[in-house]
Amino acid sequence: MSYLSLTDADREEMLAAIGVSSVAELFGQVPPGVRLDRPLDLPPALGEAELVRHVEELAARNVHTGAELSFLGAGVYDHYVPSVVDVVLSRGEFLTAYTPYQPEMSQGVLQAIFEYQTVICELTGMDVSNASGYDGCTVAADACFVAKHARPDRPKVVLAETLSPQVRQVVKTYAPGFGLEVVEVPHTGGTTDPDRLAETAAGAAAVFFQQPNFLGCLESAPDLAQAAAQAGALAIAHVDPMSLGVLEAPGEYGCAIALGEGQAAGNWQSYGGPHYGFLAAKSEFMRRMPGRIVGETVDLDDRRAFVLTLQTREQHIRREKATSNITTNQTLLALAGLATLSWLGPEGLREVGEECLALAHYARTRLPLEPAFDAPAFKEVAFRTPIPAREVVRRARERGVHPGYALGRDYEGMDDVLLVALTEKRTTADVDRLADVLDEVCA
Amino acid sequence: MPATESYPAELSYHPEHDWARIEGEEATLGITWFAQDALGELVHFEAPEVGSTVAQGSPCGEVESVKAVSDVIAPLSGEVLEVNQKAVDEPEVVNEDPYGEGWLIRIRLSDAGEADSLMDAAAYRAHVAEQ
Amino acid sequence: MSGEPGGVWREAPLLFERSRPGRRAGRPPRTGLPVPELPESLRRTAPPRLPELSEPELVRHFTALADRTFGVDTGFYPLGSCTMKHNPRVHERLAGLPGFRDLHPHQEDEAAQGALELMWHLQEMLAEIAGLPAVTLQPAAGSQGELTGLMLMRAYFADRGEERDTIITPDTAHGTNPASVTMAGYKLEKIETDARGNLDLDDLRSKVNERTAGLMLTNPSTLGLFDEGIEEVARIFHDAGALLYYDGANLNAVVGISRPGDMGFDIVHYNLHKTFSQPHGGGGPGGGPVAVRETIEPFLPSPVVVRDGDVFRLDHDRPRSIGRVRGFAGPFGVFVRAYAYMRAYGPGLREMSEVAVLNANYLLARLKDVYELPYDRLCMHEFVLSARSLKREHGVTALDVAKRLMDYGIHPPTIYFPLVVPEALMIEPTETEPKERLDDFVEAMRAIAEEAATSPEVVHEAPHGRPVRRLDEVRAAKQPVVRYLFDEHPALVG
Repeated sequence: MSYLSLTDADREEMLAAIGVSSVAELFGQVPPGVRLDRPLDLPPALGEAELVRHVEELAARNVHTGAELSFLGAGVYDHYVPSVVDVVLSRGEFLTAYTPYQPEMSQGVLQAIFEYQTVICELTGMDVSNASGYDGCTVAADACFVAKHARPDRPKVVLAETLSPQVRQVVKTYAPGFGLEVVEVPHTGGTTDPDRLAETAAGAAAVFFQQPNFLGCLESAPDLAQAAAQAGALAIAHVDPMSLGVLEAPGEYGCAIALGEGQAAGNWQSYGGPHYGFLAAKSEFMRRMPGRIVGETVDLDDRRAFVLTLQTREQHIRREKATSNITTNQTLLALAGLATLSWLGPEGLREVGEECLALAHYARTRLPLEPAFDAPAFKEVAFRTPIPAREVVRRARERGVHPGYALGRDYEGMDDVLLVALTEKRTTADVDRLADVLDEVCA
Repeated sequence: MPATESYPAELSYHPEHDWARIEGEEATLGITWFAQDALGELVHFEAPEVGSTVAQGSPCGEVESVKAVSDVIAPLSGEVLEVNQKAVDEPEVVNEDPYGEGWLIRIRLSDAGEADSLMDAAAYRAHVAEQ
Repeated sequence: MSGEPGGVWREAPLLFERSRPGRRAGRPPRTGLPVPELPESLRRTAPPRLPELSEPELVRHFTALADRTFGVDTGFYPLGSCTMKHNPRVHERLAGLPGFRDLHPHQEDEAAQGALELMWHLQEMLAEIAGLPAVTLQPAAGSQGELTGLMLMRAYFADRGEERDTIITPDTAHGTNPASVTMAGYKLEKIETDARGNLDLDDLRSKVNERTAGLMLTNPSTLGLFDEGIEEVARIFHDAGALLYYDGANLNAVVGISRPGDMGFDIVHYNLHKTFSQPHGGGGPGGGPVAVRETIEPFLPSPVVVRDGDVFRLDHDRPRSIGRVRGFAGPFGVFVRAYAYMRAYGPGLREMSEVAVLNANYLLARLKDVYELPYDRLCMHEFVLSARSLKREHGVTALDVAKRLMDYGIHPPTIYFPLVVPEALMIEPTETEPKERLDDFVEAMRAIAEEAATSPEVVHEAPHGRPVRRLDEVRAAKQPVVRYLFDEHPALVG
């Protein structure tokens, strides 16, 4: 099957107009020494029906969260994705448009991005948001680049150990190219001690912490932000968008930058992507923001209009001095996030947050396992398991339940710790079922 | 309203489209008509710090339009005495009056001899014609 | 095709302007469980001012915005170097299958065999297309692929104990190349393009030395021209012990015709959202996998998908890996679409590139007498024209031409890039366009050139038929308003 539109007659006419007798002549500029002289060794072509059948067969071999009661979280969450998201994802104009460099052709996308930027600023208490980054990990690397330029005499960033392991890994991959040293602050009892953080942050450009943290615990975030400020470092909070109806906005407690993984707000889990990273900052960082920014203006007739602005930050103009190399971002997924947060509204978001708190609390008391940490929990609770957590997972799955994420692969001494996630899609009956299964497998 | 094309005879010019008005041991620096025309309406002037040093041929600030950003290249070396706050607050003044109200930086010269390496108006005009 | 500005198009209020206190659409499920009180210091003090709308309002809002947006689904979109080809609709159905859509990335490998197998086959097919054996699917977009490639170079030379600090790019390079060079901590050296549109080999020889880590090049270049001296270019770099990096932005020209690995490239990134039909989504998502030579394979980001007989798994045990560049294994939904695309064409994928090049050359042949062609050669999948003579003779610029094309129902090509061509118009039709759309474009471009001579004001004041006329971009940059200012409601009108 191909998606080509030319007929044989078309091709004849076109070759004649060009003045060549065959398509092969058009490739005369490719030196013979580099030409491929055989067909590509690819599997045979499939028509649409056969293609669908083949791919459906692949999809059927995956155990998804509809087929198994799942308490997996650890960075990607099974929140409800409302049908209104389909209005955005399936309209061909949104789906198939490119970056809105020609504003007169793209007012719809530009306005939607402006609305998204507004929503992100509202959630985080910040002044400027970009139009999205790749994911919750890479926006942290982006923020390191911002911090580096804001504090060029402090080539160091500090990461709380309770920041997602994947986020920390990505920061460490990017840091050498930025010329930044990366230092981690170990957790104490599942959270980060502000004094320890302040000590480690001496001479750092920025401090990153996560709220709620990767272990499900609520940090004393305002104290952490203050500790960063004391040390002269920028406080950067990695936050869960679905928590910001009940948790304070980072901009209100002294953070310079707020960022995170947007997936929980409006994206399917989709085996890890595509999702969207969000990044927002106080206005003093506007000119150093990476990524696209949409601004409001007027047209020649004084009509309100939207346009990409401050483009001189970006690679296509500033090239080697750009604030980032990012071009393609995650717009469509960010707009799905906008649709979801609009569907929820402030009341709905608060309710989701309350459910995440309530279910976490219920799980703590209901499940036959010891919570690993004392700190209050949001959406995820870490439990000690009497046998290795990985074994709990294996046995529970045999009973049709995925009990959660085994933390041992990321944290030393936590081979017996299981991270159980509970979004608003989980019911008390679900938790009761998990309790029964855990009773059986941990006996 | 941008200015009409001109290259005042009393100024000295650097091939990277910057001018200098030398007044004894000091000089006033800016970008030429050609530079502001190529950039379009300026929206931002990133000025160097007062007290910092600039070197001939090296960047001493940036000017930005909506679609482009350009280094301001110092035609002469010296210490920055003053930056034009009007250019910072209303960058479009550089388009309107690039040699007058749109001046960018005033420096104390560190090497008066450097002036000999600059072009006069006629030479610069010829240079621009080749662009 | 000019409409009355504002007449055909409805006003599009912001979500915040449609919002009414107390209105809502969604109601999350409630368990009725008691909600534990949060410590006061952590509690939200002021609720976020999210829109308060009903579902009917929300649907109408996004529908109105879609109506004000032009996509490939709407019409011809010849944006050079972006490869705006048709996005097959079956892919949306496939990416939305519950077995993919609802699959958690931390699911056990044995319960994700379908996903892992798809990824493994995608790796294999991409390797075949590049002519390089090892592939990572992790990078999220082309730019990230570039950065990954540069980090791989760094790791490769560090492993060999060689200190190399410079990357060479041509003056026609896409801005992402130098930006990536900086982010990777390298220094940049530029080389010139000669009159034929190839890399200037003398300039190159003078700049390649033992401090050179490598070249970043797209081939064909952003001029749409295949570098006829590529074999010599590769020799120059390899003789100096340096590496060659292929920017896959223009891969649509050569799939099945010439493989970057055979051209001499050691590292290749692909743009799944260009060559392999992932929809552009108004700016993203994309996918930027990277293929490398065997010698560089150990440094690939972790994890990679490996196969043990009939079993597929994620291999995290990669001690020499540069680390992780993105969360999880990559943008999986994008892989589903790219995989399906390649399975649809099969070994006949070559025809995609052949027709892309045919379509571009047809446009070039029919426009080169009306606009300036800076390089008098057959092109590959895209070509660059200059509107310089229109500017000189009639004061009509590439920007004006672009804006006037909108009135003909056509999305403008890329303008003012590459930088080496003044008043540049970079045109890439792609292979999915029918001949009639190409002819429409030719008619429109010829008509505009005519208008430039006879009625330039029409061109200067274009577009006339879009929801808005030209915008005050200066104002947007000088007084940035980057979110809805609830408290201030700035009166921008007037």
